[in-house]
Amino acid sequence: MALRELSSLEKYLGLKKPNKYSTQGDKKVPVLQNNNGPPLVGLVTVACHLVKQAQRPELLGDSAENRAVVQQWLEYRVSKLDVCTKEDVKTILKDLNLYLQDKVYLAGNHFTLADALVYNGIHPKIVDLAVQEKEQYVNVTRWFDHIQHYPGVRHHLPPIVVLRNRIYTSRHH
Amino acid sequence: MKLFVSEGNPHCLKVLAALEETGVQCDVQCVNHEEKVVPFLSHPALPALLLPSGQHLFSSDAICRYMFEVSGQESSELCNQWLEWEATDFQPALLQALHMAVLQGKGSEVPKVLQGPLNYLDQRLSKGITPYLTGEVVSVADIVLWAALYPVFSDSSLSLGEHKFVRAWFDRVTGMRSCKSAAQKVLQGKGLQGMKSYMQRQPAPQSSQCRDTHPCNSSPAESDEGERVVSEEEMGAAALAWNKGLNTCPFTTDRQHPILPQEGKRNILVTSALPYVNNVPHLGNIIGCVLSADVFSRYGRLRDWNLLFVCGTDEYGTATENKAREEGLTPQQICDKYHAIHSSIYKWFQIDFDFFGRTTTEKQTQISQNIFWRLHERGFLIEETVEQLRCENCKCFLADRFVEGTCPHCSYPEARGDQCDKCGRLINAVELGEPQCKVCRQTPVIRSSRHLFLDLPKLEAQLEQWLDKSTSAGDWTANAKQITRSWLRDGLKPRCITRDLRWGTPVPHPDFKEKVFYVWFDAPIGYLSITANYTDKWEKWWKNPHQVELYNFMAKDNVPFHSVVFPCSLLGAQDNYTLVNHLVATEYLNYEDTKFSKSRGVGVFGDMAKDTGIPSDVWRFYLLYLRPEGQDSAFSWADMAMKNNSELLNNLGNFINRAGMFVTKFFDGCVPAMELQQEDKKVLALVGWELQQYIQLMDKVKIRDALKHILNISRHGNQYIQVNEPWKKIKGGDAERLRAGTVTGVSVNVACLLSVMLFPYMPTVSQTIRDQFNAPNSCMNTMLQGTGTFVCVLSAGHRIGTVSPLFQKLEVDQIEALKKKFGGQQMTAQSAASTQSATMPAPAVAAEVAAVNGVDPEKAKQLTQAVAEQGDKVRVLKAQKAEKAVITAEVAQLLDLKKQLALAEGKSPEPAPQKGKKK
Repeated sequence: MALRELSSLEKYLGLKKPNKYSTQGDKKVPVLQNNNGPPLVGLVTVACHLVKQAQRPELLGDSAENRAVVQQWLEYRVSKLDVCTKEDVKTILKDLNLYLQDKVYLAGNHFTLADALVYNGIHPKIVDLAVQEKEQYVNVTRWFDHIQHYPGVRHHLPPIVVLRNRIYTSRHH
Repeated sequence: MKLFVSEGNPHCLKVLAALEETGVQCDVQCVNHEEKVVPFLSHPALPALLLPSGQHLFSSDAICRYMFEVSGQESSELCNQWLEWEATDFQPALLQALHMAVLQGKGSEVPKVLQGPLNYLDQRLSKGITPYLTGEVVSVADIVLWAALYPVFSDSSLSLGEHKFVRAWFDRVTGMRSCKSAAQKVLQGKGLQGMKSYMQRQPAPQSSQCRDTHPCNSSPAESDEGERVVSEEEMGAAALAWNKGLNTCPFTTDRQHPILPQEGKRNILVTSALPYVNNVPHLGNIIGCVLSADVFSRYGRLRDWNLLFVCGTDEYGTATENKAREEGLTPQQICDKYHAIHSSIYKWFQIDFDFFGRTTTEKQTQISQNIFWRLHERGFLIEETVEQLRCENCKCFLADRFVEGTCPHCSYPEARGDQCDKCGRLINAVELGEPQCKVCRQTPVIRSSRHLFLDLPKLEAQLEQWLDKSTSAGDWTANAKQITRSWLRDGLKPRCITRDLRWGTPVPHPDFKEKVFYVWFDAPIGYLSITANYTDKWEKWWKNPHQVELYNFMAKDNVPFHSVVFPCSLLGAQDNYTLVNHLVATEYLNYEDTKFSKSRGVGVFGDMAKDTGIPSDVWRFYLLYLRPEGQDSAFSWADMAMKNNSELLNNLGNFINRAGMFVTKFFDGCVPAMELQQEDKKVLALVGWELQQYIQLMDKVKIRDALKHILNISRHGNQYIQVNEPWKKIKGGDAERLRAGTVTGVSVNVACLLSVMLFPYMPTVSQTIRDQFNAPNSCMNTMLQGTGTFVCVLSAGHRIGTVSPLFQKLEVDQIEALKKKFGGQQMTAQSAASTQSATMPAPAVAAEVAAVNGVDPEKAKQLTQAVAEQGDKVRVLKAQKAEKAVITAEVAQLLDLKKQLALAEGKSPEPAPQKGKKK
């Protein structure tokens, strides 16, 4: 899965020459065979490397603050989202929903790698949501819909339909 | 910019070290672990950094990165890789390790958990030629990994094995000023224990029960039911076991008394702390000892262990004498009365003792006196003279709380014998000016009294040697080990074993004729004497350490007496006594009250549980579900209703009932033919795995944890039915009908397994299920043998009985009514105080409840408050120069409350002889 994600990212970044990957361990941690040095291990590490390779540093944040925020969400993706239990999902969605209340993107005012990777990571959780729940996490859903339609982001994941009009006007259900 | 940190939080180590290392300017504020700093996160996350833009960073790694970047050091790709490894692989293992070491006292298992990541780190470092992880200078990766490692590496008690390269690198980084200072700030030299309060607030790592012990794989998702992958081999093995069928030997529930140890069997002796007779036990007492011991005993009998479960009421002591005076009865009458109350309560709770005795018996006298003489002959008793106040009028020595007088420090006229309420200083009763006996108001005289002390220091070396063996070989709960360790650490002191009382076992020594044994010398001997009343061959259990394994169940306040004092008596007697192998102590069960009664929660008592109309099995289930295993827990009515409705009714009951109803409705009450498909085998494997977990946990007396696996099985079952929709398939063609039959047949067999696993927890429900299904009794022992096998008990053609629902919904208004009836108002300590008059009215008696052997911190808290309030009232009256009679009445009430408080705090109201010695 992580490898498909990385190859989607390569396409998005417009990298012409595909890199060579393998995986490591039971968790299938992606490994990039790097010609210029030792192999790089880990989804986030490899993804950051690709962004640099494509010379798109702004995708890692345009200021020191935003770079830290981007890294924080990348870490969140691999250390929280990827290992959460069913009960955790609700908390994660609730937190993200509150966080995204006044934001278009996860970090700063532009699309970053954080949006791409958190989108990929949260996709399977959003698939499971009922229409009603999607409305409950309205900010997450709005952000999610925006990212999945962001040009070139969604390559390997199926689109998720998000209704534009609210069906459930209140939460008394 | 502002950094929020909390004490003892290992993640704060990272950011403080990074802050010092980079020299970034930033305010640091220390807050509570619970403080919500990051507005959008539901769970408190610390450390957190408030950035100049107003954004928050809540990841310690991101904070460290930021600090390094602002100071001009951007992280390299290698750095990124280390940080990612730390967050995804190392932290989960560390969290588990810290949880074990700090909270569970299982430091010895930590090396296993950390071995994988440490080996990896060592290997990587061994290949490098640079002093630090990413080069010649310290990078953010060094700081983050060092800080992660620091808590476990700096604790010398964890033998983590040889990691030469890690050690060298770690020592290099530890030497840096920034790291030293951060370590001091966060852990304050307290080591692992400094993190206790932080760890207690972290969710427990879920991986401990994972089959895969490799720490890097211990992601919580694995233990999530839906995602546990079942291998082909597992399915094959499960299907094979399924076809094995039942043992031919039937299970008999009748026990042949007396049960005695048998050669070649696992001989298990289970005791539950002896409840103190003078009160009605409350729910905390019940879950703490008798109920836990009962579940384990029932389980043990299913496992075909040769098991004896004894308990009884602890009847001697001042508290009984006082109660007798209050109720106008003799101590013996009080004991008879309350022993009967205890028996009937335990009977209602279905506590299946092999024998429930009492301590006021001839055997008790014989055995205590025998142990006493043996200790005496071997020089383990010492004599000391103690000065005490004696009331000649009452013809007795006065307990500290039974005397009052003028405080020697502040001249307050109503100081108690042990402490002055005005200045708060501790007092030696003989120092009081104008002392008065509280009972008759006469002036007591100082008399010296000779007492015998058990010479614990002389036995200390032997005790430690035995403890080392017992705690490492047996299953002692973490709190039991911890409490015992702390007693030994402080050094043992001689302990008085005699008292100037009447109601007790007489001391046989002619020089101490008027005295009785102190209850804690005498009470644990009750286990022996109660067994002796059960069978003359009691010594086969109690003087047979090679054949017998002894389990003691209790609440944690009782630990020192079972792990230190009593073993010392038995070791000193040198009579080959059976000493405890497994000491199982619970934490406390608290009472959570409704919002409108903030100050005082109230207990529910054994005899009231019956009056709620809620079945005994449901009470048992809820108490066991809440069993304070590892940490305190709280009883709540609303939660009880919720657990009943969600777990029992919708999950467990629903599944069992559906399975039975399908057989009845679709197959005329006969179990249909089954042809196992891949999906069915998968369910068998899942259920079989849960069964094995259950057995592993129960063997280790993790009663609450094991219960979760029962509920998991019915969840699997519900899901299995839901996905396969037998109610639809039954209307289809032959193939579909066969499918419906298979699913129904498998389900009804899962339900049968559930009835077996439920037996220790809910014996009546368990029996009802087997009755409804006409299940043979032999299924009881078959499936719980060895590591556990799930077999087909009800094969095709078996006719089941009448199926009916097992549980009833607890409605909101019903529970609200109960809450009103039993919680709050009439039972708060305050109202208890205001209604207290010469004879104590019934509701006040409720507040009188003491926990096992008198100690009850919850009640102590309530009473402390009540004492303070009553004290204020008295002071106000005195300031107003109110009538003397009014004041006297209020003062009497105050004194009474204080007496209750003393009992609740476990302080003996008898004279404390050691205090006299100090003079």
